[in-house]
Amino acid sequence: MSLPFLIIAVITIAAAAAAMTLRNLIHCALAVAGAFVGLAAAYLNLSAQFVGFAQVLVYVGAVAILIVFAALLTRGGEPSQAAVFSPPWFAGLGVTLAVLGVLVWAVIRSFLIRRELVPAPEAAVKQIGDALMHKYVLPLEVVGLLLTAALIGAVIIALKEERKK
Amino acid sequence: MMPLDSDQIFVQLKHWLLSLLAGVLPAPLLAVISVLLSIIPIIVVFATLFAIMTIMERKGLGRIQNRYGPNRVGPFGFLQPAADGIKALIKEDLVPRAADQVVHLLAPVVLVIPALLVYAVLPIGRNMVAIDFDAGLLFFFAVGAASELAVFMAGWSSRNKYALLGAMRAVAQMVSYEIPLILSTVSVVMLTGTLSPVKIVEAQAGHAGLLPDWFVFTPWGFAGFVLFMISANAEANRSPFDLPEGESELVAGYFTEYSGFKFALFFLAEYLSLFAISGLGITLFLGGWQAPFAALDFVPSWAWFFMKLLGLIVLFIWTRGTLPRLRVDQLMNFAWKFMLPLALLNLFTAAVWHYMPPGLPRWLVCGALVAGPYVLLGRGLLAGKNIAKRIYRYAD
Repeated sequence: MSLPFLIIAVITIAAAAAAMTLRNLIHCALAVAGAFVGLAAAYLNLSAQFVGFAQVLVYVGAVAILIVFAALLTRGGEPSQAAVFSPPWFAGLGVTLAVLGVLVWAVIRSFLIRRELVPAPEAAVKQIGDALMHKYVLPLEVVGLLLTAALIGAVIIALKEERKK
Repeated sequence: MMPLDSDQIFVQLKHWLLSLLAGVLPAPLLAVISVLLSIIPIIVVFATLFAIMTIMERKGLGRIQNRYGPNRVGPFGFLQPAADGIKALIKEDLVPRAADQVVHLLAPVVLVIPALLVYAVLPIGRNMVAIDFDAGLLFFFAVGAASELAVFMAGWSSRNKYALLGAMRAVAQMVSYEIPLILSTVSVVMLTGTLSPVKIVEAQAGHAGLLPDWFVFTPWGFAGFVLFMISANAEANRSPFDLPEGESELVAGYFTEYSGFKFALFFLAEYLSLFAISGLGITLFLGGWQAPFAALDFVPSWAWFFMKLLGLIVLFIWTRGTLPRLRVDQLMNFAWKFMLPLALLNLFTAAVWHYMPPGLPRWLVCGALVAGPYVLLGRGLLAGKNIAKRIYRYAD
């Protein structure tokens, strides 16, 4: 393992752990944003530029803001006094261990682990664009249509104004 | 050694310094120094530009408002930024007792970092870009999006109703105006087929008749440039979109509870991101570092970039001094009902421009596609509203 990967991994896991354990909901949301940044750094470390930037743009720029706003608009400002770990924590521990076991089993049995290492592909933005425009053009168009419809729908909802008499 | 070329003087200077140190220092250290030699000039130059702009802005606004502006420190008051900086440094750093100490401390830092990072992909001259990313434009917007979170952190951690209101306004405004901002740049990406700012500048080289091949001199490019500049103004929270820090309503918005150097950091970040986004506008629509006429190619490319940047800064100061602040509902209506439809239509116009053969018909069709919706949408939104000069019954 290289040093950059270790640094990124420690920061990401620490941020994720903070997101679970901190008492204040806004602090948790900010820690989640930190974990998102760490993930983006991990992508960049694997020289996946496009995915890394998209991760920051979507998750830090939009999802984190959404979480923060939701937390702010739905709850009171004071953090709850309940314990961080809810009483049946041993059940949670069991579920966690089971999930970990399944994941480890799946990773070890995966054919990817036995495959010979291919030289890193040049995943330039142009190739991603080509793939999206040729092989995956239908999903792209469907998603684009959906998002445009949502955007225009938002404008139309906003357009309705009550006429004052 | 190559003959000195005024256009490449800074690039040559860096190579010369590196070759000088190559014999003395080990290779890893040399790599670090090479990186520093790219970063430090960016920080120094744009921080100096920040100082110049503050004095320019205060003097210019003073003239617009029929007063002198700062005129006591140094000749004609031009040393005012130095006095301001020293004042900010030696002031007491006050943190409210109820404030969230850690987040309150982190917010200005988190705000300045993205403001500085975005300069990494701006080509400020020929061969003068810190990192030539393949997806540079995406990097710019991705990093810029992080500043919204910093603004929220500042407003929320202060435990002050004005700060929180300011932060909510700022985030809502930045999220809303980011959509027309990005959509107006997408048309440029569509027509150049690249996300790299360096290649976008190269695509605007050359001259068609008298005018250079800049995108602003096409119907879709002009519309895109205007949409981009309005959105940039809103993203930078500057008047007429300065509701998040409207002093008559919210004291200072999200940085009400900041003092001393942290307050100065907010100002620095605000102006740095203004320069950066103006630089992006230059890169996308105004030909980057290209000279407007072939006869002026002897002027170095970096000089053109900074001349254009200063021009845009003057435009921003002028707008600030001229237009009154919008109301919140006006601001949101403007973004969602006017800017967004026009930005979407502009994508269509750019596609039409791409597929029609060059000539007068292309200009007429695309010009109509830009001007028609502008007039129709504007008229449509104004219909039924009573817009007339306000008559003061008693004040006159």
